[in-house]
Amino acid sequence: MATTACFVIVSRNDIPIYEAEVGSAAKREDAAQLHQFILHAALDIVQDLAWTTSAMYLKAIDRFNDLVVSVYVTADIHTRLMLLHDSRNDDGIKSFFQEVHELYIKTLLNPLYLPGSRITSSHFDTKVRALARKYL
Amino acid sequence: MPPVGPRSGDAIFANVERVNAELFTLTYGAIVRQLLTDLEEVEEVNKQLDQMGYNIGIRLIDEFLAKSNVSRCVDFKETAEVIAKIGFKMFLGVTASVTNWDADGTCCSIVLEDNPLVDFVELPDTCQGLYYCNILSGVVRGALEMVSMKTEISWIRDMLRGDDAFELQVKLLKQVPEEYPYKDDE
Repeated sequence: MATTACFVIVSRNDIPIYEAEVGSAAKREDAAQLHQFILHAALDIVQDLAWTTSAMYLKAIDRFNDLVVSVYVTADIHTRLMLLHDSRNDDGIKSFFQEVHELYIKTLLNPLYLPGSRITSSHFDTKVRALARKYL
Repeated sequence: MPPVGPRSGDAIFANVERVNAELFTLTYGAIVRQLLTDLEEVEEVNKQLDQMGYNIGIRLIDEFLAKSNVSRCVDFKETAEVIAKIGFKMFLGVTASVTNWDADGTCCSIVLEDNPLVDFVELPDTCQGLYYCNILSGVVRGALEMVSMKTEISWIRDMLRGDDAFELQVKLLKQVPEEYPYKDDE
C-alpha cells in the first residue's frame, strides 16, 4: 500500500466532484491543500496530452518532489481521474483506474445523479477506498 | 368448473414484445428525474408516479386479460397469486411471491426479490422520502379497480432504503358489485 495517495475526479467544468485521501501515512495538516495544489497544476498538462493519444491511461505525467501524478481520462476527455502517489506500481495503478472508471460509469447511470455534480454516494466512496487498498 | 388459466407467466412472457432492459430502466429513470425537477417536492413525485401507474393499470388490465387467458378468480387470494405469478412475469419479467395474509384474507404482501426498475439507482440524501417504484403500486391499484376491486397499496419494504426486498402491501377495501351502467326501464 502506498504511503501517500490522493485520488480526485475532475468533472468537465474542472470542478472536483470526488476526493479521497487514500494513503496510509500519518496525515500532515497541510497535506490536503498541497495535494490539491499539485493536481490542479497538472490539469494543463493533462489537457495537452489527452488529445495526443487515444489511450485513456496517461501514465505518470507530472511530479513534485517524490510525488507523481498519474491520470486517466474517460473517453469523452472531459472527466479526469487523477491520482497523486509515491509508489511505482504501474500495473496496480492502471487496474485501479480501470475499476474506478467502471464504478464511475455505474454512478452516471443512476438517474438520480446529476452529471457533473458531487459524488456523495457512500457506496462509491467505500468501493474506491477498497480498490485503493487492493491495488496501490 | 371454468377452464384453468396458465399458472405462470413464463409462456406469455416468451411471446410478448420486449425492449432492452437497460433502455427500459433508464427511460423510467429519466421520467423520475424529470418529475423531481418539475415538481420539486418528493411527496408530489410519489403522488404523480402513483397516478401515472394508475393510468397505466386501467389500460394494462385489458391486455393482461386478453393475453393471459386467466379465468375469473374465485377469491382475492387467487387474484393476488395471479398478479404476482402471471402479471409481474408478463410485464416486468420477474416473479413475485405472495405472503403475510391476514386472518380474513383481505390483506397481503407481494414480495419482489428482483426489480428491473432499480438497476443502477441509489437514493441520494435529497430524495430520501421518494418511493422510486411507486408507479408499480399505481399499476396494481388501477388494474384491480377495473376488475371491480378497490384496493389500497403501500410499500412496506424498499431495497433502495436498505431493505432486502421490495414488499407491496395490498389491502382489499371493497369489492364493487358489477352492475349495468343503465337502468332496464330507460
